Amino acid sequence: MSALEPTTPSVAKRGWVSRPFALTLPALILLAAVIGYPLLTIMVRSLSEPQWGVQNYLWFFGAPVNLTVLQRTFVISAWVTVVCVVCAYPYAYLMTAVGPRVRLVLVLCVLIPFWVSGVVRTLSWVILLQDSGVINSLLRAAGFDGIRLIRTQTGVVIGMAQVLLPFMILPLYSVMKGIDLRLMRAAQSLGARPSRAFFTVYLPLSLPGVYAGAIIVFILALGFYITPALLGGPRSTMLSTLVQTQVLSLLQWGRGGAMGVVLLVTTFVLLALAAPVMRSRYREAGRR
Amino acid sequence: MKPGQESKGAAIDLESISKAYGGFKALDGVSLRIEPGEFMTLLGPSGSGKTTTLNVVAGFTDLTSGKLLVGGRNVVGVPAHKRNIGVVFQHYALFPHMSVGRNVAYPLTLRGVDQAERKARVARALDMVKMGDFAHRYPSELSGGQQQRVALARAIVFDPPLLLMDEPLGALDKKLREWLQLEIKRIHRELGTTFVYVTHDQEEALVLSDRIAVFNRGRIEQVGTGRELYDEPTTLFVGRFIGDSTVLRGEARSDGVSTALRIAGETVTAPRRIAGEASPVMLLRPEKLAIRRPGQDAAGTSNRLPGTIAEAIYLGSGSKYEVRLADGSMAIVRTPLTGDSFGLGDKVELCFDGADAKLLADDSSADATLT
Repeated sequence: MSALEPTTPSVAKRGWVSRPFALTLPALILLAAVIGYPLLTIMVRSLSEPQWGVQNYLWFFGAPVNLTVLQRTFVISAWVTVVCVVCAYPYAYLMTAVGPRVRLVLVLCVLIPFWVSGVVRTLSWVILLQDSGVINSLLRAAGFDGIRLIRTQTGVVIGMAQVLLPFMILPLYSVMKGIDLRLMRAAQSLGARPSRAFFTVYLPLSLPGVYAGAIIVFILALGFYITPALLGGPRSTMLSTLVQTQVLSLLQWGRGGAMGVVLLVTTFVLLALAAPVMRSRYREAGRR
Repeated sequence: MKPGQESKGAAIDLESISKAYGGFKALDGVSLRIEPGEFMTLLGPSGSGKTTTLNVVAGFTDLTSGKLLVGGRNVVGVPAHKRNIGVVFQHYALFPHMSVGRNVAYPLTLRGVDQAERKARVARALDMVKMGDFAHRYPSELSGGQQQRVALARAIVFDPPLLLMDEPLGALDKKLREWLQLEIKRIHRELGTTFVYVTHDQEEALVLSDRIAVFNRGRIEQVGTGRELYDEPTTLFVGRFIGDSTVLRGEARSDGVSTALRIAGETVTAPRRIAGEASPVMLLRPEKLAIRRPGQDAAGTSNRLPGTIAEAIYLGSGSKYEVRLADGSMAIVRTPLTGDSFGLGDKVELCFDGADAKLLADDSSADATLT
């Protein structure tokens, strides 16, 4: 790290900004234009339409359906995160264990669906999940009763988890490939059977990747619109659907904005609560 | 070491063990007995099979054939975590998410040792490697030498009857390495357990070991004390791998009791011969060779070869010369400080007593593995 730090202040400072900071300016300007300005607009409109005041927030917290949907949004996102961790962990581990050729195939398997448009992917899930769809046909052919998947929360979670899986796999893989597998050998020589070595050595070292992936997946899931709209039913509506209804159907920009702000603030609060747990207890793991 | 205990070390018997990877034989019928409490070094160039042997004993590598007994018990097929053998790795292999204290306590936790005793044993092990003050640090805060000492403490804290070390000092600088060699020797004496140490550094092997097994191309060439290997090598490979040596090759004639080599017109003789068909070479240690100015009287030395000084190195305690012989080969000579000194390009005569020359079977493959 020290090699990246400026050696003398005179080199680092030029004018009123340091050079590393100056290099981030294009990104900062872009973010300010496409994230900062709209976000600010939404906040202002949530307080100013139809007139100045907190009436939109009072409306939001006054209607039980809004609170139910807000809670459901977090529950569904949490389930999606759990499903992603469970599916991505072994997959990312496999990516570290195989040779470069197989690894390329595994990476492509993650990325190709990622390159297909979300609408197309979600519609394929409709074909798979619907009552007369592939899964139910197979179940019935095997002599089981069909199960209801489409228009249920389960269906929404399955579809969203598949869409978000790459965001879990890639950070996990990048952490896992830095874990020195020889540590497992050391643990075994000290008397740990393989499962014990995994839980005491490998798992703790891979947690930073789990946390990073989980945060990305969870936050992206909170704002999902297309997948819950197409795969879900009235009982699996998520907040983004309500926002869409308010803004596009009812032209209630103020109420829509208030919903967005509530979602944002709640997310920040949850992340702040989770941060102490996720803070890594050791500095710079034994990577090479 | 607790008082009242006999040698806590385990004996190891390798009985013609082999390990093949496809067509490549990493180990080819290696047999070796290591006595309880012995410090045995497996020495050899890279790819010679010494680390494979260590991994087989540790349980990291399966055997293709052969028998392996640790403390009289056949351990073939026993997984690594049930062998109760301490291993120290070249790359330290400390757990980065645990403090030094928790690293050292790890094998005790696995064995269900209660907290009070665990604490005492961790402290004792850390004291033994002089890292007692570092229990709360994390591995990333330690230097390489400190990390390796913690790794050593972790490998001995559960009192294994056998400690394996795989080039543990390979990543450290020379000064630190020499100091840690003495530390390892002291710890071996204090513990009384069996140590098996892998290195490619013959000086390190000489400093540390009770006995050394010299590996080459998946086989053991010779087993013996450092002195035996230096004074009485049985193969050309061992003679060249241990210490400095001069190899004389020439047209050989043997008359039953002595052997003569004709080298670029001169003849040298030694009062020995080798059995078998292989062509003999003479191996001479630097201190058995002397150099004189041409024509100078050389009493007591039966053999003389003309040469030119190609390199002169002042060592403090004496001088070391490289002499280019008439056939182009190099001889290494060490002389005491008294006596003549020579400069680059001086014409000299290389003298030696035929009785000091070891006669060994020529082995051209030794050149390939040594260079």
